[in-house]
Amino acid sequence: MTDILYTEQHEWVRIEGETASAGISKYAAEQLGDVVYVELPELGRTVEAAEEVAVVESVKAASEVYAPIGGEVIEVNAALGDAPEIVNQDAEGAGWFFKLKVDNTPATENLMDAEAYRKHIEGLG
Amino acid sequence: MKTSHMSSVAMETPEEVHMKPTYSGNKALAQEEKLIFELGDMAKTGVDLAEPAPIPSRLAEFERTDPIGLPGLTEPEAVRHYVRLSQTNYSIDTGMYPLGSCTMKHNPRLNEKMARLPGFADIHPLQPQQTVQGALELIDALAEGLKALTGMPAIAMSPRAGAHGELCGIMAIRAALEARGDARKTVLVPESAHGTNPATAAQCGYAVDIIPSSADGRVDVAALKAKLDHDVAAIMLTNPNTCGLFERDIIDVAEAVHAAGALFYCDGANFNALIGKVRPGDLGIDAMHINLHKTFSTPHGGGGPGAGPVVLSSALAPFAPLPYVVHGPDGWRLIENHDEAGDQADDAAPFGRLTAFHGQMGMYVRAYAYMLSHGSDGLRQVAEDAVLSANYVMASLQDVMSAPYAGPCMHEVLFDETFLDGTGISTLDFAKAMIDEGFHPMTMYFPLVVHGAMLIEPTESESKESLDQFIASMRFLVLAAKNGDVKRFKSAPQFAPRARLDETAAARKPVLRWHPN
Amino acid sequence: MRYLPLMAQDRTEMLRTIGAKQIDDLFKDVPPEARLEGLIDMPRGQGELEVERALTNMAANNIAAGSVPFFIGAGAYRHHIPASVDHLIQRSEFLTSYTPYQPEISQGTLQYLFEFQTQVALITGMDVANASLYDGSTACGEAVTMAHRITKRRKAILSGSLHPQYQEVVRTLAKYDGFDVSVSADRLSGTESLLELIDQHTSCVVVQVPNFFGTVEDLSKVSQAVHAQGALLVVIVPEIVSLGLIRPPGDFGADIVACEGQSLGVGLNFGGPYLGLFATRQKYVRHMPGRLCGATTDVQGRPGYVLTLSTREQHIRREKATSNICTNSGLCSLAWTIHMTLLGEKGYRQLARLNHQIAVQLADDLSSLKGVELLTPVFFNEFTLRLPRPAGPVVDALAEKGVLGGMPASRLMAHDGAMENLLIVAATETNTQSDIAAFRSALGQVLS
Repeated sequence: MTDILYTEQHEWVRIEGETASAGISKYAAEQLGDVVYVELPELGRTVEAAEEVAVVESVKAASEVYAPIGGEVIEVNAALGDAPEIVNQDAEGAGWFFKLKVDNTPATENLMDAEAYRKHIEGLG
Repeated sequence: MKTSHMSSVAMETPEEVHMKPTYSGNKALAQEEKLIFELGDMAKTGVDLAEPAPIPSRLAEFERTDPIGLPGLTEPEAVRHYVRLSQTNYSIDTGMYPLGSCTMKHNPRLNEKMARLPGFADIHPLQPQQTVQGALELIDALAEGLKALTGMPAIAMSPRAGAHGELCGIMAIRAALEARGDARKTVLVPESAHGTNPATAAQCGYAVDIIPSSADGRVDVAALKAKLDHDVAAIMLTNPNTCGLFERDIIDVAEAVHAAGALFYCDGANFNALIGKVRPGDLGIDAMHINLHKTFSTPHGGGGPGAGPVVLSSALAPFAPLPYVVHGPDGWRLIENHDEAGDQADDAAPFGRLTAFHGQMGMYVRAYAYMLSHGSDGLRQVAEDAVLSANYVMASLQDVMSAPYAGPCMHEVLFDETFLDGTGISTLDFAKAMIDEGFHPMTMYFPLVVHGAMLIEPTESESKESLDQFIASMRFLVLAAKNGDVKRFKSAPQFAPRARLDETAAARKPVLRWHPN
Repeated sequence: MRYLPLMAQDRTEMLRTIGAKQIDDLFKDVPPEARLEGLIDMPRGQGELEVERALTNMAANNIAAGSVPFFIGAGAYRHHIPASVDHLIQRSEFLTSYTPYQPEISQGTLQYLFEFQTQVALITGMDVANASLYDGSTACGEAVTMAHRITKRRKAILSGSLHPQYQEVVRTLAKYDGFDVSVSADRLSGTESLLELIDQHTSCVVVQVPNFFGTVEDLSKVSQAVHAQGALLVVIVPEIVSLGLIRPPGDFGADIVACEGQSLGVGLNFGGPYLGLFATRQKYVRHMPGRLCGATTDVQGRPGYVLTLSTREQHIRREKATSNICTNSGLCSLAWTIHMTLLGEKGYRQLARLNHQIAVQLADDLSSLKGVELLTPVFFNEFTLRLPRPAGPVVDALAEKGVLGGMPASRLMAHDGAMENLLIVAATETNTQSDIAAFRSALGQVLS
């Protein structure tokens, strides 16, 4: 298993071979508050890195979620439909949003590792 | 067999009886009320209609045969149901309703009486025009008054609400630009704007570009000017703005906007601060909607209906939508289609139609009665008293609360939640504690440009005694917050018909209608 | 001024507290050249008596529908409203409250909205309804843009028998929102030309029931064709009383239903305020415009109601909102739900039957006149007649005789020469036998 990587907009991605799973960071979930709904992408859709791909909603806010890397959507987390609270409980695990089929060397130079992301969040005060 | 109430009381254990404040759940004047679906019966009705004659139906296979499931109530039951429901609502008539941006002023009852005259309430929009001359005269008279008050040459009366008026204004702007062969792509909107502004621009096919606010709570003029290029169709600016401040540089902004070939839409939600004192037409705007349910006192009615006529500059006047009223030798005439518009004026090029029929007549009657009652002197006094009251609240609270921007404010005053720092109490908690004090909370968390915004608009309808009681209550709450009385805020409201409601559960598993079990 | 509580002395004291010398100090941010020196050019304030006199005089220059035999419909219908409706909606707590943003002190408004949404869903045969829109025509426009969001297509087809002004509202939106609209050639009845227009790019097909000319017809073929192409069926119901007698749109596959609710509780009001009813399937809820009320509980476990799914709306979603709508038609939805509760199933059905029966009698009576032909044999409470000469002057002549006898189709469809002799006539429970006799007699005289 490879390490988890983050975007500046608080998405995470974990790349395992040709499959990458993605969601929003624990920090983002905390900032959003109680998640009430997640709008997931259609299966089979091909997305570019940084393309808007999902929406996550709390009672009073809606945030667009951008694809951390490009690829084809091959699976979405159907469990979030009935239980969006999973995002609050385990944002970077069971609360994943979607999986992408990616090529072997996806572009990750714009992504941060956990330590860099921790510093990024601190910088946001 | 039905169990009588007496015997069910007897079935409660002594402990339960001790614990329950009342058996019924009611508390004197506070009555719990079930849904009509639990109270009513499909066989019951509150109307006595004539029995239809046995004439064969012409509907053949299109007749509805399955039960619909509608409960009915007799008149006494229905009256009690709705009166009980009404008693769980706060209203302007109950107490001060300082909801910023909403102008919750007194709703004169004369206006209600006038709107119910059969000559206004019981006329059909498609009656022959010679049978509705008085109605057309009223629309025209109100239109003239609104034009005089805003200093603008033209008006579109038909928009049914403020946001509908915005749509009208931006459509007129786009029509005017396209008529001169100048398609543009962007509408500039300040970050402090009402959400309707960007939503409207998007609905009219424009990209939205956000202008930042400056440190004094006004639009950043330099940033605005930097964005003015050939792709900018319009700017949408609220004045006074949503921070309750007059945009000092507005004339300069208007000139820059026009120099760039763009047009100026002003969101008129806050016109109450200016009525009779400043004519928006003198500020260089091209279009502005007037919320008759704010400035002109037509009742908010729990969320509508409103009305949003839009005044237009001469650049936009030819593009005003259908229908409109004109006055000629034979009286008043309603222009309902494009051909008639062309016959009437050479340059008329209505951009289309926003709604069936002619707009919110019921609101026009009320607004016109309000305009006549106040007159030129009274309307100016409205603005002065509204601005005076807001500044009085500001002056009386700014030593204990935190106003992010220096005064004077206009008709509403903005505080942020800095004064609650370290107390563990949020703007939301503070608002809910105001409910326990007998006030409707101010607008919270809007505008978005300050943290934990509290936007207070007292309006001109409050007496000094009422303002003083509000101020004293606010000071009491601030003191309670600073003294660490967190429980008062976190458990608020304690004295309302309901305590805080679980909005998360409501959104996660939406239950939007009643279902039989 | 009777509406302004501040006294001169109050104003002086308040200015002192503020630290301002005079009121104009508070307006110092207004550029000097924009400050008005004198008063606006309009009369000074007047007392109740004077205002009432002025407005009563204006009202007297209109012929109230209730004062004459009255038979106009075309999207607005005159029905009897029980006295208690107007009494109840004038309760201060309903009349003078705002949108229920503070649910703890707005349960009255929220509970009736929940009841209203349920009633609307039941009569339309749909899963869910919102808390109302401005009116039927704007609801129709919102239905079309909602269909675009769902299907991600941008080509709407309108039936030619949809109310002409509703068509215009959609066309206006189309021009600025950038979608395609085509209108079928169908008029009084039939859907053949509509069926031909449907293809794989169609987002939605908009049909009206009963249609603009009064016809009630079989829409199952349209429904099948629409769904076969992955498009949505939008059904418009301008006369809501009709659903007490005819099959609901949900029965024949409607995906979105938009209605004018004015018939119940609201009154004619010369065209507004009216009431847009809007219902859809459960799966499309998050694409809906307008406010929605939902059930929940408070922290003490008591049932209660809140506005919900607000992330669709402009105050949160801004330029990405499902609609720019903010104000709805709150008090009209209250009037509607009270009227519907008073009717109940029994009254609603009986009212609908009564309307149909009176209209049938009127249609038979009028079409027995020489040269008058009933063109819409299957109708609810409105039908179209062909007269032996242009209907416009006939309607004016009828008005001269004190009868408001229908609407000439040419008023709203001036471009279509085939409309010239057509008269659209509506009847409701408010029409008496003597009204019908007066209409028949006057029409006979005018045509002779």
